[in-house]
Amino acid sequence: MAPSYENLPIEDDEFDESEIDFSDLQEQYEVRLEEGLDAFVVVDGLPVVPEENRQKLIKFLLRKLNSVGKVKEDGVFMPLNDKNMTEGYAFVEYGAANEAVAAVKQLHGMPLDKKHTMAVNKLTDIDRYGREGRIDDHYTPPTIEPFQQKEHLRSWLGDIEARDQMVMYRGDKVGVFWNEKDDPPEMVVDRENWTEFFVQWSPLGTYLTSIHAQGVQLWGGKAWSRQKRFAHPGVNLVDFSPNEKYITTWSHRPLQVDENHPVPSLSLEEDGKNYVIWDIATGKPLRSFATIDVPSATVDAEGNPVKKKMQWPTFKWSSDDNYVARMTQGQSISVYELPRMNLLDKQSIKIEGVMDFEWAPAAPRRDGIKGYEQLFCYWTPELGSNPAKVGLMSIPSKEIVRTRNLFSVSDAKLHWQSEAAYVCVKVDRHSKSKKSLATNLEIFRVREKGVPVEVVDSIKDTVINFAWEPKGNRFVLITTGEIPAASAVPPKTAVSFFCPEKAKGGVVGNFRHIRTIDKKNSNAIYWSPKGRFVVVAALQSQQSFELDFYDLSFEKSKDEKDEKDKDLTANLQLMSTVEHYGVTDIEWDPTGRYVATVASAFRHLMENGYHLYDFKGTLLREEHIDRFKQLIWRPRPPTLLSKEEQADIRKNLRNYSRIFDEQDLAKKNTANRQVVEQRRRLLEEWVAWREQMKEMLDEEGIEVEVEEDAGQGKDADAEVEEIEEIVEEIIEETEEVIG
Amino acid sequence: MRPILLQGHERALTQVKYNADGDLIFSVSKDHVVCAWYSHNGERLGTYHGHQGALWTVDVHPSSALLATGGADNTMRLWEVKTGRLLHTWEFATSIKRVEFSPDGRQLLGVTEKRSGHLSTIVVYEIDPDVDAEQTDEQSLRIVCDESKATVAGFSYGAKYIIAGHEDGTVSQYDAKTGELLLNITVHEPDMQITDLQWSADRTYFITASKDKTAKLVTTNDLEILKSYTTDTPLNSAAITPVKDYVILGGGQAAMDVTTTSARQGKFEARFYHKIFMEEIGRVRGHFGPLNYVAIHPKGTGYCSGGEDGYVRVHHFDKPYFDFMYEVEREQANL
Repeated sequence: MAPSYENLPIEDDEFDESEIDFSDLQEQYEVRLEEGLDAFVVVDGLPVVPEENRQKLIKFLLRKLNSVGKVKEDGVFMPLNDKNMTEGYAFVEYGAANEAVAAVKQLHGMPLDKKHTMAVNKLTDIDRYGREGRIDDHYTPPTIEPFQQKEHLRSWLGDIEARDQMVMYRGDKVGVFWNEKDDPPEMVVDRENWTEFFVQWSPLGTYLTSIHAQGVQLWGGKAWSRQKRFAHPGVNLVDFSPNEKYITTWSHRPLQVDENHPVPSLSLEEDGKNYVIWDIATGKPLRSFATIDVPSATVDAEGNPVKKKMQWPTFKWSSDDNYVARMTQGQSISVYELPRMNLLDKQSIKIEGVMDFEWAPAAPRRDGIKGYEQLFCYWTPELGSNPAKVGLMSIPSKEIVRTRNLFSVSDAKLHWQSEAAYVCVKVDRHSKSKKSLATNLEIFRVREKGVPVEVVDSIKDTVINFAWEPKGNRFVLITTGEIPAASAVPPKTAVSFFCPEKAKGGVVGNFRHIRTIDKKNSNAIYWSPKGRFVVVAALQSQQSFELDFYDLSFEKSKDEKDEKDKDLTANLQLMSTVEHYGVTDIEWDPTGRYVATVASAFRHLMENGYHLYDFKGTLLREEHIDRFKQLIWRPRPPTLLSKEEQADIRKNLRNYSRIFDEQDLAKKNTANRQVVEQRRRLLEEWVAWREQMKEMLDEEGIEVEVEEDAGQGKDADAEVEEIEEIVEEIIEETEEVIG
Repeated sequence: MRPILLQGHERALTQVKYNADGDLIFSVSKDHVVCAWYSHNGERLGTYHGHQGALWTVDVHPSSALLATGGADNTMRLWEVKTGRLLHTWEFATSIKRVEFSPDGRQLLGVTEKRSGHLSTIVVYEIDPDVDAEQTDEQSLRIVCDESKATVAGFSYGAKYIIAGHEDGTVSQYDAKTGELLLNITVHEPDMQITDLQWSADRTYFITASKDKTAKLVTTNDLEILKSYTTDTPLNSAAITPVKDYVILGGGQAAMDVTTTSARQGKFEARFYHKIFMEEIGRVRGHFGPLNYVAIHPKGTGYCSGGEDGYVRVHHFDKPYFDFMYEVEREQANL
């Protein structure tokens, strides 16, 4: 605790200012006068050459030095030693101080040839930091802090009821809660202004991320203490690597790091960069990058280039955190190796025209491949007479394991299945006249020998959304008809379900269409993280707020079985349709038991709040909260149980569920009893208070005509006077003269 | 039962009141006219003309013979209910925001607005319940609210206290004989205006509604908050139902914001809460503007609401309304 004014020590009355050692402060705040040396830099790391080659070296050097500013005439001084050799360094005077700063920023660390790398420093800095005595001649090993036990970051998984946590951001408050189904969620922690912009969980649920103007903070443990802090002023977005080893932060504004704007843990190297990749364990930046501006080919009506929508994440992680890659659109993909963040094989992979790429979300287990590999899928459009291509590349070998040519492609999207068993390329194809669009699905069966490709070309319309069943092999897609240009109402959509045919011998059969549901407004697909169940919803729509809950493995009784579907590995059933007015986000809990739907104040201010459904679409709970912004379930790390143990649990599910039902019932009863008790108490208090008031009124001698039972009892009715009322309405009057 | 829609006003309703027997409803609106209606069928009994500005408030004498109104023309007027004859006019420097008769009908209270040079006041006149009597111009009491202006006020049981709600969210208790300020308690969020104050049948407690989206049940004697009802919209009015232990709250988004939003968002609903358990029981939709006032039938058989949309909606409660009981209430009833 900081000492307050009251408890300051008072005995040091005879305080001698001259005794205080100010030297540390003096050093720290030393005023740096204009020394007239600000335009000087020292270039180090140069080759050592004899005198006759000196001019040649200076000339060579000047070419580099002049690239950032103007070196003064005869501004390079390269001293010679007794043997008429250069010393490997030079003093350079620029025309202005800012040019010297630029030289330090841009030329420092630049390689001259294979052996020599330039070190460029300001002369004043060398004087300041390199002065005699500033650097200790003797090496003192850094002290290693004694080990301190940290909080267990995964303690929440030990909940006795195996409940899930969720974070809710409403108003200025961020709170973490236990899901209590239809009861109010139980608060774990609730803090005002915990974040400035939004919150985010790390992919395995270990950290809660808060975003501030100064940077990003990670929170966790039982006490929700700060685990790490990453200073990145103006940060807009963050992205974690899949195993929570690294984090990428991005700001649309380039970083400004220099002497006047110091940022903790960032160095001059980060100046002007937009992306920083950090090591979460150490909290140190690994490498930073600037945004690549690719001049866009398309221009708007006024001839200005159309700003492309930024792809996020820009740096995509391989599933094991070993590689991160960024695409330079139309040119190449740069793959960096972790943790050194060096470019794989020191060069980017040239892929002419590349439009998009995606890493396999899990380790690919290709047929016949034993060694380590990671895969990514990419596509290139038609270039001249070359057809469009989809390719699969293996890393680190950079070998292209499969390509496929495609024609009349206007766009393509890459969808990996969660276990990397399939990748579906959704190809939007235009007709010859380029007037109508249709979609093909090219499904690569990654695990099968030779990576065969299956084509689904039965779809007539444009596919606007596609999603694989997690850990499964079924998928859902949404198609829409042509969009009339000047229509305010979006066209109706259709939802189609696909699954493999039944096949013998443990292989996955061909993909077949199960059913299409027409005339929907749906545009979003949310699979349960465990597969089987899927929610198809209409988000950001003005007319419809429907959510459809489907089961793809519905158990029908034998005689009901549809002949048509008998050789399919699915049995589709719509379980329920619900409506949530103003829904903007849908989130399955990590166990696939509950679905939370949110009307977020980020999008609109209508009826903000959330609904909670079970997987069948039964509404458990709804809550309207002013300025409700986010509800995100805390992810869970993958299970530690083996396949056999999981199968065993599934087999004995009935026994378990009986125990759980009993527990639920017991809990419910206690809760109900508490509520009833509370109500009884309130009612008793009220009745007692009323009696007291009546007595008081009697004492005051005031008579109040209160008919407490009026209107309800029969005797009250007796006093009522019946009035019959006859209402005549003349609807029409016509007069006819007869005769 | 289907509500009866009273269509007679041309502008937003400001207050509606039942008479003591509950057979009549009086309504005032910004269109300068006072209307009287039969509560059982919604037929209009008559109108009272004379005011020159928007009307803010109305109250009917316990005998149902006299009617008091106040409005933006800086007058408080007394009418004969039966004939519509104007009996007396009191003139003020500012508009009248609230009028209320004492429970015995012998006093009339008015709340005046605050305007530059004039502080908000609560004035009290002795009233002669005889229709043909000459009414006095002499104020029997005048309370000046110099802290924060009074928005609503009324007489407690036996006209012992005058209770006033203020613009700053506080409630004051004055001695009704001397005008001395006895208590001032912050009941609602600071600086959130108290928009309504209605009495329980015996006037030992009352309910306040506020812009802070809550309504509170407060005791008359020591201004202790008994219950609090939290909603998601600014409230304009709150009423306590006799017979059943409910309260009815009315409000909705401020009138000035309404045009920019849809009716669904406006929350123009009458909300029923259980008075003792503070839980919401139900809502009644219908208005397409905020509810400015809700009034309950003195026998608890129905209620009516006046909206910014210019309509009064009269509801008669059905059997399920009376049958509904919490388990613990049923236990209590069967004892």
